[in-house]
Amino acid sequence: MALSAQQIPRWFNSIKLSSFINSVQLTKRFPRAGQTLSHGFSAPTQSSSDNCCLRWGFKTYWTSSSRNSSQDADSSRQESSAAHHTLLPCGSEHSGRMPSGDSELPLEEMDDLFPVSPLQPVSEEEAALISAHASLPAASFTLRDYVDHSETLQQLVLLGVDLSKIEKHPDAANLLLRLDFEKDIKQTLLFLKDLGLEDNQLGAFLTKNYAIFSEDLENLQIRVAYLQSKNFSKADITQMVRNAPFLLNFSVERLDNRLGFFQKELQLSVKKTRDLVVRLPRLLTGSLEPVKENMKVYRLEFGFKCNEVQHMITRIPKMLTANKKKLTETFDYVHNVMSIPHHIIVRFPQVFNTRLFKIKERHQFLTYLGRAQYDPAKPNYISLDKLVSIPDRVFCREIAKASEKDFEKFLKTL
Amino acid sequence: MGSAGLARLQGLFAVYKPPGLKWLHLRDTVERQLLNGLNAGKPPAPEQRVRFLLGPVEGSEKKELMLTAMSVPSLTTHRLVRGPAFTSLKIGVGHRLDVQASGVLVLGVGHGCRLLTDMYDAHFTKDYMVRGLLGKATDNFCEDGRLVEKTTYDHVSREKLDRILAVIQGSHQKALVMYSNLDLQSQEAYEMAVGGMLRPMNKSPMLITGIRCLHFEPPEFLLEVQCMHETQQQLRKLVHEIGLELKSSAICRQVRRTRDGFFTLDDALLRTQWDLHSIQDAIQDAAPRVVAELRKNLRSGVDSQQLPSAEQPQHSKGPSSTVQGGSCAKH
Repeated sequence: MALSAQQIPRWFNSIKLSSFINSVQLTKRFPRAGQTLSHGFSAPTQSSSDNCCLRWGFKTYWTSSSRNSSQDADSSRQESSAAHHTLLPCGSEHSGRMPSGDSELPLEEMDDLFPVSPLQPVSEEEAALISAHASLPAASFTLRDYVDHSETLQQLVLLGVDLSKIEKHPDAANLLLRLDFEKDIKQTLLFLKDLGLEDNQLGAFLTKNYAIFSEDLENLQIRVAYLQSKNFSKADITQMVRNAPFLLNFSVERLDNRLGFFQKELQLSVKKTRDLVVRLPRLLTGSLEPVKENMKVYRLEFGFKCNEVQHMITRIPKMLTANKKKLTETFDYVHNVMSIPHHIIVRFPQVFNTRLFKIKERHQFLTYLGRAQYDPAKPNYISLDKLVSIPDRVFCREIAKASEKDFEKFLKTL
Repeated sequence: MGSAGLARLQGLFAVYKPPGLKWLHLRDTVERQLLNGLNAGKPPAPEQRVRFLLGPVEGSEKKELMLTAMSVPSLTTHRLVRGPAFTSLKIGVGHRLDVQASGVLVLGVGHGCRLLTDMYDAHFTKDYMVRGLLGKATDNFCEDGRLVEKTTYDHVSREKLDRILAVIQGSHQKALVMYSNLDLQSQEAYEMAVGGMLRPMNKSPMLITGIRCLHFEPPEFLLEVQCMHETQQQLRKLVHEIGLELKSSAICRQVRRTRDGFFTLDDALLRTQWDLHSIQDAIQDAAPRVVAELRKNLRSGVDSQQLPSAEQPQHSKGPSSTVQGGSCAKH
């Protein structure tokens, strides 16, 4: 295709022409300026030859093209994505690639397209059409430099994706820069919306799981179909995907193995396993070692019976992934210091989900007031869930029957 | 909100460190809470960027494209692109407390970290409430240590304890005079010594300016100690040595700091108050006192040593330091 000589920047001779020739065959990735930021820009398509980078996989540095002429970097900017060209490192990889097709031109003819002398006089209109803007950095540690020039990134920001977190992973940021919103991202977003994720939840989801863009849409649909075949309802699947964004990145066999593991290990019925997994879907995406460890701790170290453990886990699924040291400290305090027997702890497993300092402070306050009575048989019984699960104000008023100021003064005596 | 909030966040404040929490974790928690508060303010208006773009010129018959200056919104300063506005704060810790001890802990934010050095150089004394238990001796002087010996304590009486405390205070008084490097022959030094205002203004080992027993109910006893240049483990060792002097043995159950310089229990913020607004208010409240006390204490020259007024060793400090028994909670 014949490109107007005047519209190609003059320094272009320095770029290897072979790389340019390949670029004209590739689809443009950064869209035309006319489509973004509503510019009226009628320059012909300078096809973004930086598409070459897409074919080379992910690099740890971002190669966008840069103008190696030191154009004045003041505020006169154009949609510079439209004028990107590959860097020389790209060119070195190109040496093995031969341009194919009919756009191969001998080098001598290419020279005629380009004005050789920079002092050649130019008409006014052509002078106005020369794009003289500061170049984008060739490599950067932050996406801030590219966000104004990439429609993909702008749409993601408007969706609520936190780019400052994604730029900490260089390969993720490279991936997002090179994707096209219309072609790649939109399909995945529509799939997620079909799944039931709301618009305002998409941002948080994509911030965590940016890798979903590199998953095949059919694979995702197969996995959703698998979950539905296991009798998870649509709302269940939406909730699971929302709470554990990486769920759909797991293959069907892996999901199957995990569901099987939980059913065997916890010896729960199918329905109860399903409810458990829906309440805490990160059981399926997290590591299984802590779960095995915690089960042993409950049975052997704490001395709970199997059915007691099952009951506690169905009430508080988080107990399966809790920290072993914190669990041990909490149980030690509740059982040995507060002298609460096993069967009462089983009825109130919330104690394993609260911070230890809260239990200690409140128990010591009640002991000081003489109200620490945890035996249901006796009068003035205080149940463990009232001890831990209510806010301070209600606790002081109802349970301790003291004012908040008293509680604060007591805390300063500990 | 951000920079205005940060401007009010320069100075000293005190928190109440609960037992079982490392001072470093406390400092990190406070920093995290302050950053959450500072970043929670409403984001600034989106920035505009001027660009020279080709646009159609109005009022011309043929379609012509000219470079015109247009103000275009830019996403570079958007909160989701740039990240949170505040990522770290300078927070310093004054005289540290170890894990088992609790009490008043002075923290400095921003420019207040400089004042921490000034507080250190002023060599203030600190008040502690130390609970001891007669009859046991352990290797680390605490209840959770390995038991070394058990003794009887029936022979221990209040008078014996008071006598021993007086002996301790007397010996430390001598050390006080020695380390304060004053010529006691001069009149001012004599007057200061008489008024109990003597204290060393440079490095010295632990010195106890005052110690007395508030509560004695064998096997438990409660001591009030004013000291300087101490560590909490040295206070526990002191309890152990008191037990030995009483021809019994003792362990320390609780070490609680009730005053650090001019910060008392009333100024200390509890865990529920470790957020931006409470800390800003605490800094504002403490600021005039900080300035006055530091100025008094850091005037150059040995002859201008002045203790802060709340530091008389033998007088009761009022309600804040004598919280014990059932006095506080029964309203």
